[in-house]
Amino acid sequence: MTPMVPPTGPALFSVEGMVGMVFLVAVAMTLTGGLIASNAERLVRAVAGLIICFVGVAGLYFFLNSPFVAMMQILIYVGAVAVTIAFAIMLAAPEQANKPGSTGPLVGPFGFAAAALLSGALTVLVIRTDWPVREKITTGSVREIGIQLLTNHAMVFELVSIVLLIAILGALVIARGGREG
Amino acid sequence: MSLTLLNVIAAVVIAVGFAALNAAYLVWAERRGAARIQRRPGPNINGPLGLLQPPLDGIKLMAKQLTIPGGADRALFIAAPVLAMFPAIMSFVTIPFSETIVARNMNVGVLMIFAFAAMGSMSLLFAGWSSRNKYAMMSSIRAVSQAVAYEIPMLITTITVVMISGSMDLMEIVRQQSGSILHWNIFPIFGNSHNLLMPFSFLIFFTCTLAETNRAPFDLGEAESELVAGFHTEYGSMGFGLFFMGEYANIVIGACLTTILFLGGWNCPFGLFPGVWWFLLKIYLLIATFIWIRWTFPRTTIYGLLNLSWKILIPLSLFNLLFTAGLLKVF
Repeated sequence: MTPMVPPTGPALFSVEGMVGMVFLVAVAMTLTGGLIASNAERLVRAVAGLIICFVGVAGLYFFLNSPFVAMMQILIYVGAVAVTIAFAIMLAAPEQANKPGSTGPLVGPFGFAAAALLSGALTVLVIRTDWPVREKITTGSVREIGIQLLTNHAMVFELVSIVLLIAILGALVIARGGREG
Repeated sequence: MSLTLLNVIAAVVIAVGFAALNAAYLVWAERRGAARIQRRPGPNINGPLGLLQPPLDGIKLMAKQLTIPGGADRALFIAAPVLAMFPAIMSFVTIPFSETIVARNMNVGVLMIFAFAAMGSMSLLFAGWSSRNKYAMMSSIRAVSQAVAYEIPMLITTITVVMISGSMDLMEIVRQQSGSILHWNIFPIFGNSHNLLMPFSFLIFFTCTLAETNRAPFDLGEAESELVAGFHTEYGSMGFGLFFMGEYANIVIGACLTTILFLGGWNCPFGLFPGVWWFLLKIYLLIATFIWIRWTFPRTTIYGLLNLSWKILIPLSLFNLLFTAGLLKVF
């Protein structure tokens, strides 16, 4: 496979060229991971695709100069969320059910048209929008992120805690109910 | 090729070589240690003291056929052993062995090691699921629930150390423990910790390291008497070899992290012969303790294991965190 380095760009066998390659690898991982996650027949493979996608996104965060967010992405999404999903699938459906055939009015050309319309509209929107660089909140350091979270964005922070608390309570209620019955 | 690119390649080769050599020779050390504790010779035929055993084992494993059981998920079956080894090698990139010997120091080094350690549990899950073997499956469910349970107290204890240091940079954490042996984080009162509970945090962290690396007495995932061999039951040849190497590489990383967070990293106790060998001495002493514990204690039960984490270690480490935060506010 020939690398997609523009002719005016840095040589492939220089540090910049390698960095560019790593960036392309991150993009490719995100895209292929997403495709596997949505197209895989076996659910566990879909989880594997999701993990590839998460790692690719972490790579993109790293290139956006926030290694902290990149590491948190891997720690939380791969280490916790993906493991939880995989656990749920393995405990609930050990043998894979057959893939359901095409049902419903939206499967087929209509679904394809709707998806094409939506993605086309989003692409146009992304290209036409003038993205203003409003403020660079942090330099990416943990300290800055912490200060911002507990001052300017404290409301969001607290709301997220409430959501998590509700989730924990819900899990406890479900687990207790199962134990008695 | 420019010099910097050569540096990058050299760093990668050294990191992979260090991980692989350590993994190979720790297997030898483990077998010799087990033999000594069980009063038998152990591998001592090939080479002096049996030192040629690891390369010969490697050749034997590579010469074997890699069989894939029918009904297995081929892609995941092959990917799982690779996933076991790759995060371990990645973590070596950010571990500082001395003031100058570090591949790439990051200001979120602690997080990076934990992030890649978390990826390791995915490999266990995939190995167990893709084998289509109920023992492998049960083993991987056990091993992952254990890894998830012990990750929590380990992370909370790490946060207490990070709070004291005020940095997630591994080099900075070590630098703050320099000067005297009493400045090491494991010792209370002196140094910058001012925390009576530090030896206690060290114990929690050490226990969690044992459990995270699937070592006895917490090796429930590899209980031979119940589960044939564990999640790698269906693996032969180098697939099995990679799981083994990944496990030992993780042990080295656990020892490195314990040394950096609590035992002063490369700092020498009384200003004697400063250098990287102090770091190596500390990690190999810790690893020797791992081996010693593995062959001395019997295996616990899965309920005992999970209860220890959820009912004892997590509340204790949370209390420790609050106490440390309070002390930091006072002093």
